[in-house]
Amino acid sequence: MPSTQAYLMLSATLFCVGLIGVIIRRNMITVLMCVELMLNAVNINLVAFSDRLSSLEGQIFAIFIITIAAGEAAVGLAIIIQLYRLRTSINVDEARELHG
Amino acid sequence: MNWNDVAVLLPEIIVTIGASLLLLGPFLRRKPRPAGMSLGLGAGQPAEVSTGDESAKWWMLALLVITAISLIGVSWAAEGLALSAGFSQMFALDAFSIFFKLLFIVVIAMVALLSDDFLRESRYSAWEYYSLLGFALCGMMFMASGVNLITIWVGLELMSLSSYILAGYYKNEEKSTEAAMKYFILGAVSSAILLYGISLIYGVCGSLNLMDIEKSLSTLISNDALMFGIMLLAAGLCFKVAAAPFHVWTPDVYVGAPTPITAFLSTASKAAAFAIFARIFYSALHDFHLDWSNVLATVSALSMIVGNLAAITQTNIKRLLAYSSIGHAGYVLLGIISLSDWGIRGILIYTTVYVFATLGIWATILMMRRHEYAGEEIDDFEGLSKRAPFWAFAMVIFLLSLGGIPPTAGFIGKYYLFSAAIEAGYGWLAIIAVVMSAVSIFYYFKIVVAMYLREGKEADMVITRPLQVVGAVALAVTLIFGVLPAPLITQVEQSSHWMATRAAVPHVGR
Repeated sequence: MPSTQAYLMLSATLFCVGLIGVIIRRNMITVLMCVELMLNAVNINLVAFSDRLSSLEGQIFAIFIITIAAGEAAVGLAIIIQLYRLRTSINVDEARELHG
Repeated sequence: MNWNDVAVLLPEIIVTIGASLLLLGPFLRRKPRPAGMSLGLGAGQPAEVSTGDESAKWWMLALLVITAISLIGVSWAAEGLALSAGFSQMFALDAFSIFFKLLFIVVIAMVALLSDDFLRESRYSAWEYYSLLGFALCGMMFMASGVNLITIWVGLELMSLSSYILAGYYKNEEKSTEAAMKYFILGAVSSAILLYGISLIYGVCGSLNLMDIEKSLSTLISNDALMFGIMLLAAGLCFKVAAAPFHVWTPDVYVGAPTPITAFLSTASKAAAFAIFARIFYSALHDFHLDWSNVLATVSALSMIVGNLAAITQTNIKRLLAYSSIGHAGYVLLGIISLSDWGIRGILIYTTVYVFATLGIWATILMMRRHEYAGEEIDDFEGLSKRAPFWAFAMVIFLLSLGGIPPTAGFIGKYYLFSAAIEAGYGWLAIIAVVMSAVSIFYYFKIVVAMYLREGKEADMVITRPLQVVGAVALAVTLIFGVLPAPLITQVEQSSHWMATRAAVPHVGR
């Protein structure tokens, strides 16, 4: 069984990959996936801490996060679809209607 | 099952059920449908949709009234308890949360009234709109009451998810959809950052309950993981209140979203974020005040400077108000940084005062809205003093209140916040705040000059009854609390008492 530290390293790496992905990727779907990556990094953190502290709260929170992440993905995809209908592109860069 | 817990939760239960029923509204109403017009295909029948819309508004207002009555009833029954926490310390009905919940209900009612006109003109369904507002209200009520980071986060997400959809409610309008997209991406990322911070705090403190976090922090010395966690948590919250380095979404979303929703985002959503900001930093993290106060002081100074300076050059009034709201977030942060009884009172007073003045301004803007996005440039205000003298005068009062000029309520709020900052030893921050208030008066007066000193175009105004009600309530609150602040101050002192005692705990363990 790996140590808690190993889990934390994994989660920190995943979180950074997700954050960098959000910043550099231009496709909305990829950005959405990167956000999910960040949320799952948090889940790993919480479950690892929960195991180490032997308290259940972290795991309960992880389940809440998984549930709400699903809702968030649904809302995000709905917005992406609507954007695609309006301009047949889901590139973040092309969102220039509002600027300033 | 403990029935006391259920009683404490009664207002939220009512809002949830009510909002769900509103979603079913069009199906519960029996009305003859022409053949061949099945679900999903009935997109373009404005006449048909608008018949149902009228009743949607009344059902929504009825729901809010019932919620307010149940909240007052429950809080009256729970009186005497400083903190009646239910559901194994997940949810608290204390004076602080009751204050904010009542404020949210009133604000949502006013936003519902502001939306009436917009929903009648557009052909989007009113039932779903009000239902989403109801769910957002439910999320905000959980945020105000949450004493566990799980409850707080779930409430925050419920509010955020509803507002992403509402920001894109003009779904055939590119601007609105784009605003929703920007708000969604940045909101989701900030939420993930906030969660990462929470997970680190959980790892160090071993609990997600604010009381337990407070207890374990009082015995802990400063620690890198904890500091990192607190900073990420603060960053996530600063995004929600639109404070400076995390403010980039604000102008775009405020401009793109339908105007009533902009009113919602700049008032209720911000007030709710400040409620959890204050709750977390006053009741759980106060022992580490020395560590986070300087970072938040920087954020506050940046917000005041960036927000107010960027507002000067704006010609679109929605964008101007967006930048000014960034500045106002900076002022309210003074109350969190100072961590004193004056600070927490200042947060409550300023939030209330700011919310009403802002709603009044949005009501006036909506009166000039002729179709979807018009009536938003400062030029549109030219000659308003001739076209609608009363509302031009009301607008001046609202702007004075935002600027913090004495006869209005805004002065009381700023007085509390600035003196709290000075008392806590942040004199330099108070100086920045005063200078930036002076700057804000400069750009607020651009609007006043346009209204009173320039010749206006012959443009019609749509002054409907709901807008008049909202404007009148906002004007009354702004003037009455400005001249006679005693009732508000007494109420706020009671509501913030418990939090203020937390702040007074000597900083041990450092």
